[in-house]
Amino acid sequence: MTDPDVTRAEFCVVACADAWRGAGEIMASPFGTIPSLGARLAKRTFAPDLVLTDGEAALMVGAPPIGAKASELVREAPMPYRSVFDVVWSGRRHIMMMASQIDREGNQNISAVGPHAAPKVQLVGVRGAPGNSVNHPTSYWVPDHSVRTFVEHVDVVCGVGYARAEDAGAGATRYHDVRRVVSNLGVFDFDTPDRTMRLASFHPGVRVDEIVAATGFSLTVPDDVAETRLPTPEELDLLRQVLDPGSLRDREVRS
Amino acid sequence: MSDKRTTVDEMIGELRSGMTIGIGGWGSRRKPMAVVRAICRSDLTDLTVVAYGGPDVGLLCAAGKVRKVVCGFVTLDSIALDPHWRAARQAGRVEAMEVDEGMFFLGLQAAAWRVPFLPTRAGLGSDVLRVNANLRLVRSPYGADSPHLADPEDADVELVAMPALRLDAAFVHTNRADTAGNGQVLSPDPFFDTLFLGAATRRFVTTERIVGEGELADGTHPLATVAVHRMLTDGVAEVPGGAHFTANPPDYGRDEAFQKEYAAAAGDPDSWQAFAQRYVVVTDDEYRAHLEERAQ
Repeated sequence: MTDPDVTRAEFCVVACADAWRGAGEIMASPFGTIPSLGARLAKRTFAPDLVLTDGEAALMVGAPPIGAKASELVREAPMPYRSVFDVVWSGRRHIMMMASQIDREGNQNISAVGPHAAPKVQLVGVRGAPGNSVNHPTSYWVPDHSVRTFVEHVDVVCGVGYARAEDAGAGATRYHDVRRVVSNLGVFDFDTPDRTMRLASFHPGVRVDEIVAATGFSLTVPDDVAETRLPTPEELDLLRQVLDPGSLRDREVRS
Repeated sequence: MSDKRTTVDEMIGELRSGMTIGIGGWGSRRKPMAVVRAICRSDLTDLTVVAYGGPDVGLLCAAGKVRKVVCGFVTLDSIALDPHWRAARQAGRVEAMEVDEGMFFLGLQAAAWRVPFLPTRAGLGSDVLRVNANLRLVRSPYGADSPHLADPEDADVELVAMPALRLDAAFVHTNRADTAGNGQVLSPDPFFDTLFLGAATRRFVTTERIVGEGELADGTHPLATVAVHRMLTDGVAEVPGGAHFTANPPDYGRDEAFQKEYAAAAGDPDSWQAFAQRYVVVTDDEYRAHLEERAQ
């Protein structure tokens, strides 16, 4: 069932929001416009205890519109970077990072394409990805699903996938939990016997064979794979009227 | 109490080529940029720069001062990647010891606490351990039979042993400081500045304004804003605008237009030369004059 009025970006927002369903009182750390909208939508609806930051050094009250001015935000507690590590290493966080490359086992790369000594393309750096991925739930957002982003093996493992965590031992697997990958084409998880990537749902308007063709590795596709769920009328209203009236979401994913 | 007032040039005069230099701040926020420019116009070379990297790293790489950078990222915040850093890395001119942001924090903490390493899960399973072949793991000495084992799952667990990141010198920029070397951070995040100072042999603070001893605690701001106490500092220099063009609230925000110009100067050698002549290899007075001209 496809509602012609719901845009691709809006399907992506609810798919991101669902990552935080049932999360409770933890920090949601979304990267990118659509994950940020997803976290705010989740907090406004089914995950009211989520803790969001103001993007600077504080936790903020409520879930204000995207792009709200700093002067309009209400803060509830300081959260400088040094304290962020207390949160990360206690596990009270579910991050949704972006990935320049992601592979079948859930390894993510934001460091470099090509050899590390002299990269073909220098990216931002490993950032907190290694520590995040072995300390608390981690999901990924890839707005440009293609064989260049969904690759057989990432060039530099930043966020740690299932097989790599297993090889590293109990220290790595104890709190390792790569939950889901949301792309502009579909939603993916690792609920397979060998913890490799599976198509969990495809966004309405996208064909499964398109997703397979845009993926640079063998993707598990269940026979009964469903469409990504529709936003509820309440969610759609919140998203369009309150959280993103300027449609910044359409700049990240076009319909 | 000793008066620790000095100048940026005197601070830089204590550096030698090949040293390991820590730079406070984070990304394009509260970076001691006057110090960075002073290093750029010096004859220092082969530096190892340790930073939560921003335009400090980009400028020093563009000026050819750097052999190696220890970092978890280099970003200009509002511009995702620093093109000068990118160019230096892609040409293979600069070595990177790239570690997880949290490992980096523990490296500074270990140095400040005078222990050789601190254990962490961060890094396990990742290529941080592949691209830094000298990093080692450590096995917990607390096994299943130990009365001190808090969590049975952690018996004999193997963790990353993040080595101490010892610095020859560290530089941070604060909003205010006093003559004794206490530093006040009025910005919302003190970042890891006190750890950079704690990890260093020579410790320097530049600041927007120096006040008299005891005058930071005048009741205007909570005492906790005096994040840097004087046991952590050897010298303090007053440099108004010393963090420009990075963000240094409440004194000033990031100069986004200038940062764009800085990024664009990576386009070709000629534009870098023009930019450097005007804004890098200049004295602080010349820098401020050129900024005023630019604003007109």
